[in-house]
Amino acid sequence: MGVKYIGAEVQRMEDLRLLKGSGRYVDDITRDRMLHVAFLRSEHAHANIKNIDTENAKNLDGVHGVLTYRDIASSFDLKRMGQLFPAPVIEQNITQYPVANEEVCYVGEIVAVVVAENRAVAEDAVEIINVEYDVMPAIIDCRLALEPNAPKAHNKSKNNLVGVIQTSFGEIDEAFKTADHIFRRSFLQHRGGCHAMECRGVVAEHDASENTLTLWSSTQCPYLVRRSLADYLGENEESIRVIAPDVGGGFGPKAGFYPEEIIVPLLARSFGRPIKWIEDRHEHFVATTTQRDQKWDVEVACNADGLIKGIRGEVTHENGAYVPYGFLLPFTSLTPLPGPYAVPAVDVSLKVVFTNTTPNSPVRGAGRPYAIYAVERLIETISKNLNIDAAEVRRRNFVKEEQMPYATGALLRDGSPVKYDSGNYHSCLEKALVLADHASFKDRQNAARHEGRHIGMGISSYVEDTGLGPYEGTTVRVQPNGKVLVRSGSASQGQGHHTFIAQIVADTLEVGMEDIVFESGDTGKFPHGVGTIGSRIAVNVGPSAYEAANAVKDKAIKLASETLEAAEQDLELSSGNVQVKGVEDLSVSLGDLARTLSPKAGGKVPSGFTPSLEATSYTGSNGSPFASGTNVAEVEVDILTGNVKLINYSVAHDCGTIINPKIVDGQIVGGVVHGIGNALFERMIYSEGGQPLTNTYADYLLPLATEMPNIEIVHEESASPLNVLGIKGAGEGGTIPATAAVVAAVENALEEFNVEIDYYPINPQHLTELIDG
Amino acid sequence: MNSREISLKLNGCEVTATVEPRIHLADFLRHTLGATGTHLGCEHGVCGACTVNVDGDAVRSCLMFAIQVDGKNVTTIEGIANPDKTLHPIQEAFRKHHGLQCGFCTPGMVITLEAFLKNHPNPTEFEIRKAISGNICRCTGYQPIVAAAMEAATNLKNQGQ
Amino acid sequence: MPMLNFRILSPEHIVDLNKVSDLFGIKENGNHLSIGSMTRQSELLNSPLIRQSSPLISKALGYVGHDQTRNRGTIGGSLCHLDPAAELCIVASAYNAELTVTGKKGDRVIAMSDWPVDFLTPALDHDEILTNIRITPWQGSHGFCFIEFARREGDFAIVAVAVLIEIADHVISKASIALGGVAAGPVRLHDVETLLTGQSPGQELFKEAGQLAKKVDAMSDVNYSTNYRKRLSGALTERALHGAMAQFKGEEEGHE
Repeated sequence: MGVKYIGAEVQRMEDLRLLKGSGRYVDDITRDRMLHVAFLRSEHAHANIKNIDTENAKNLDGVHGVLTYRDIASSFDLKRMGQLFPAPVIEQNITQYPVANEEVCYVGEIVAVVVAENRAVAEDAVEIINVEYDVMPAIIDCRLALEPNAPKAHNKSKNNLVGVIQTSFGEIDEAFKTADHIFRRSFLQHRGGCHAMECRGVVAEHDASENTLTLWSSTQCPYLVRRSLADYLGENEESIRVIAPDVGGGFGPKAGFYPEEIIVPLLARSFGRPIKWIEDRHEHFVATTTQRDQKWDVEVACNADGLIKGIRGEVTHENGAYVPYGFLLPFTSLTPLPGPYAVPAVDVSLKVVFTNTTPNSPVRGAGRPYAIYAVERLIETISKNLNIDAAEVRRRNFVKEEQMPYATGALLRDGSPVKYDSGNYHSCLEKALVLADHASFKDRQNAARHEGRHIGMGISSYVEDTGLGPYEGTTVRVQPNGKVLVRSGSASQGQGHHTFIAQIVADTLEVGMEDIVFESGDTGKFPHGVGTIGSRIAVNVGPSAYEAANAVKDKAIKLASETLEAAEQDLELSSGNVQVKGVEDLSVSLGDLARTLSPKAGGKVPSGFTPSLEATSYTGSNGSPFASGTNVAEVEVDILTGNVKLINYSVAHDCGTIINPKIVDGQIVGGVVHGIGNALFERMIYSEGGQPLTNTYADYLLPLATEMPNIEIVHEESASPLNVLGIKGAGEGGTIPATAAVVAAVENALEEFNVEIDYYPINPQHLTELIDG
Repeated sequence: MNSREISLKLNGCEVTATVEPRIHLADFLRHTLGATGTHLGCEHGVCGACTVNVDGDAVRSCLMFAIQVDGKNVTTIEGIANPDKTLHPIQEAFRKHHGLQCGFCTPGMVITLEAFLKNHPNPTEFEIRKAISGNICRCTGYQPIVAAAMEAATNLKNQGQ
Repeated sequence: MPMLNFRILSPEHIVDLNKVSDLFGIKENGNHLSIGSMTRQSELLNSPLIRQSSPLISKALGYVGHDQTRNRGTIGGSLCHLDPAAELCIVASAYNAELTVTGKKGDRVIAMSDWPVDFLTPALDHDEILTNIRITPWQGSHGFCFIEFARREGDFAIVAVAVLIEIADHVISKASIALGGVAAGPVRLHDVETLLTGQSPGQELFKEAGQLAKKVDAMSDVNYSTNYRKRLSGALTERALHGAMAQFKGEEEGHE
């Protein structure tokens, strides 16, 4: 097979229409006679609803309807939403009603729905709905959620404990008993929200004559939405079509199933008109799932040479008010333990607790940044206390390349062992250090110190389980005109799926990228899919696209050998044709072969062949390929203002075989900037009563171009043995280690003040307080 | 609400429309005129996704009323390409350097840079970062956008624009 | 506009001043500048007249928002909104600006020091609009500096300081130091100005000035405490004094 595209920096196929402003995001979609929805959302973190007066709102000109729970439930079983990811460890599986039924448990919960001619009128109506609340005490701080007098997040729940999960392997007590040293660290970690530049949105249309529903939703998982909606409505899955149009970023929170995705289609049915709801940014802060706090109390047992014998600890995880996403998020805080290190014993338990805040679900990296952060802080602690260079502590503890595949000792939920499939952690570390010019850093630091400046360098190493199964299918079909149709269950929010999947198919079938028509994100075009989360698409779609393309290739060659009367081994694919090797004149086009396999009435498919020149594959990976790498951050701290400035950032990144280096680098840089945002900027502050205080972009700080450093990248390609292409996921590897690297760099800059950072995002005021001691 | 009639030039074409005074420019462009290339990211003037060009200035269309462009020249992303429909050097450079992923912030970025490079043909990398500090991108981390802008600056100079 | 988009404000009527051409423009009137309240921030930033006569304003404007907001934002808008850390308010204070307001009862002139009444509340009667800002540029040989600490480019400053120091015979003959981000309106550090006047500029003097500035009465909010704002006031005042001296000596690095 000629390799022309795989591994090349092919320009993206997606860009032309987006650059011209011809993208079609959900708010760009208009349907005839469409009506618009605005929601009245709870302004209290916890309250009982005593009364809702919608009379004035209903009578407003242009309003078609105002509905509360009672209004909708009178003709439809508006039950609590289903649990997307059930697990026995979830002790209190409280999911939300699509519209609040008597009790609201977070600011932002939907209380009433207005349907109107346009959004402005709908919002006018929302303003004049009168709700009487009985305000209840709210629990906001996850650290207090399990105290005996803690307010209950839900009136009828027994307490605020959602459940407990654990990762445990090896002889942990023995490890701590026999260690030379035990070090303890406690810290609060705070990850922020989604903040894709496009908020969420749903357009729904009901075809009364066919009794089908079509939804356009700004979603990462159209199939999940379809399945969940079908289950909720009690309808055939096939009577619902969910389309993810162009989606302006997802990052995790667009991967679930939301109340709006039930309400809007219900309204489309009952009003008999298409319905649109677009989330505005103000809503996004409270209506879209987010991540927030985790409190870690953790200790490490090690020998005098810094070799880790065991890690144990307790974590409290803020869940938010409901459990829409099962325990997927908290599980990912445990699965990365103990990181890239060969640690023989781990025992960490994690309590998931209710709080009266917006429900939490994964945001780029999910729980992995928390886990990696914790491990990296322990590495830094060992380094400081034993006076061993931080890079050296890592070298001594890393899993070695010769040990791959390495079973960590942990077990997945299905009982199978967690295995690092491949990787060269030492090499990544060295590459990152060279890129960061670590060798000369001490001199530069001393020189800066003489000028009264404080610079620091911090390292962070990580592993990432990518490619969550089970699969993501692809169909490859050659059309009679020779164009190759590729359809997949994946859905893109900017990751370049069209491009890198086309690269794989184009290389296999020897066609041009421009000859490939790519369709995805539409349940009506491909029968079954999973979704774009957890750095899983390349790992799953790469192999399925490859296998399907190869099956098409084999079938084409087999048919061509009959048509051309040549042996299969004498044939090759070239420029859209099957030809006798080296003889262009003796060829038949893929299009013609496709035509032969799809005859008209009275025609015949050649014997021994099934119709259509196509193949479908659901082959993914045989397990979870582990990406890995090391990041190095260099910062300067202004000790008077507490300002942290990023000077340089170096990444050594291993995602196995790279299909498109430009796309991978784009994922890395975007991911790193997100992680820097978590380290320094992104913070959701709540008042004690549960009022979100940072719900504009003036208060909630996203990283801007001016504060971001130049990010240098070097690649390591440890092919994964788990799939035919050797691919590992690349979507979150930039984010996962970034916060730890920045925090370590800040502590390094402030070494003389003995600053220990116990909370991020780092706030300049807090930093000055730590500096002053 | 008393509607008003306004006339403007949108991407070089004369347009007349009737608008409610309270509608902002972004909603007017997107929903009244169907020019959906301009996007709304925050509606409070921080994210820059809604940036359009009014009489030569890059402005936030979520912070202007539609009636305020009566008699003015408005250019949106749909009007940035060259008269012969080939891509503007900035658009070409974005393609080359992977300056967009989801594409949502991109129209605002391109409009901002187009106005900036007209007035600053020889920018440094940091000056470009400052120029786009009023445009938030969640996907790219900005670095490829800066690279694209640097190349666009060079190409624009060579074109003698 | 953001407040309208958030539906925090829902006025019945809005009067658009964008077509009142008299309110736009910068004029030189003898020894002072007359600036129309609707003059765009971008026009002020790019004005050769401002740059020549009162470059402190040009410097401060570099911190005001972003290109896109400066193209529409006005000096009058900034003064009337009166954010505690607004750069234009701070420089207006440093220059002892005089604000002309017009209402049913006619014109009246309000000194910048009398302009802030409370948070986000200027001394405007409900039927008055701000029409003109009068700035008297410093004529003597002087240095200037504007420094702020904000988390990101274009953000509202946490604390910001404007410094003007006139030097005659190697001695500070006049000083104006205005601090923003510590109270409802800009605060003139008169005690620091007194400390500096008549003294030879130098490291020790500026350090002492910073220590004195640190004693300012500072507000606190959910993000930043009184102590932290005082700390910033001291640090930034000291740095701004050094900056003003460097600028005076022509040593300043180019910073637009």
